[in-house]
Amino acid sequence: MKISILKIIIFSLIIFALFVFWRGLKINNNYDTKSLIGSKISNFRLIEINNIDQYISEQDLKKNKYTLINFFASWCAPCRAEHKYLLNLSNENKKIKIIGINFKDKKVNAINFLKDLGNPYDFVGRDADGKISVLFGAYGIPESILVNNQLTIIKKIIGPIDQTQYNEVLKLMQ
Amino acid sequence: MKLKIFFSIIFFLSLTPLHSNNNKTELLEIYKNLRCLVCQGQSIADSNSDFAATVKLVVQDQINTGKTKDEIYSFLISKYGEWIVYQPTFSKSNLLLWILPYFIFIAGGLIILMITRKSKNNKTN
Repeated sequence: MKISILKIIIFSLIIFALFVFWRGLKINNNYDTKSLIGSKISNFRLIEINNIDQYISEQDLKKNKYTLINFFASWCAPCRAEHKYLLNLSNENKKIKIIGINFKDKKVNAINFLKDLGNPYDFVGRDADGKISVLFGAYGIPESILVNNQLTIIKKIIGPIDQTQYNEVLKLMQ
Repeated sequence: MKLKIFFSIIFFLSLTPLHSNNNKTELLEIYKNLRCLVCQGQSIADSNSDFAATVKLVVQDQINTGKTKDEIYSFLISKYGEWIVYQPTFSKSNLLLWILPYFIFIAGGLIILMITRKSKNNKTN
């Protein structure tokens, strides 16, 4: 009788381990922060790149129907690739305001970057040491966060914006 | 009186490095429990990546403003999800993860007990 209990315990442990492995195979191991969609962005204070006396905070975003917060840098090649989509978005859609956060970059290079490629941003802030990126849960650039006037994150784009992402942003704002 | 002042200065000087050492160990402990999200299997403490450097700065700032270890962890979890900490927080979804080791420990003990009892019985028989 005792040995059969032992067998049952061992058997159920094996079944359990197999179940865990099977479940483990189905889980997506690629990390991203898309699970944070639906959460709210927290307090921040973003200083303008050219004027340290001028800044915006989360309260200013409440005035816009939609805000796209985009992290960029002059040294980031994919940022150049996504720039045309940001320009299109700013030219063609009046519902959205675009905030650019210049990430760990030299101020002169950032200004030249915007001069060369055009400035799609309604406000360009500076994040010289990267601390602001942590407040937004960004961990690499380019990264874009679409928030509504309730400050709720409705989309996160990790990596450069492409045509598909661009269309999705437009669809979300309809 | 002079001697008193001298000893009190010595006392405070000896406290300062002790305090900073404590701070350093606390910082290191926090860094070790934070996962570098852009690295392969490295903690923030091990990594020299840009991301790790930024998180270190943020943690230092928060320690300086008097935040506790748990407050820092919950702040970073709210920004990056639970994946950022190596030690997961106790929740409904990972209840099994916390309880299972204890369960296996007890079950293992019971199995050993059963086997030894059985072999004892066999010997006496």
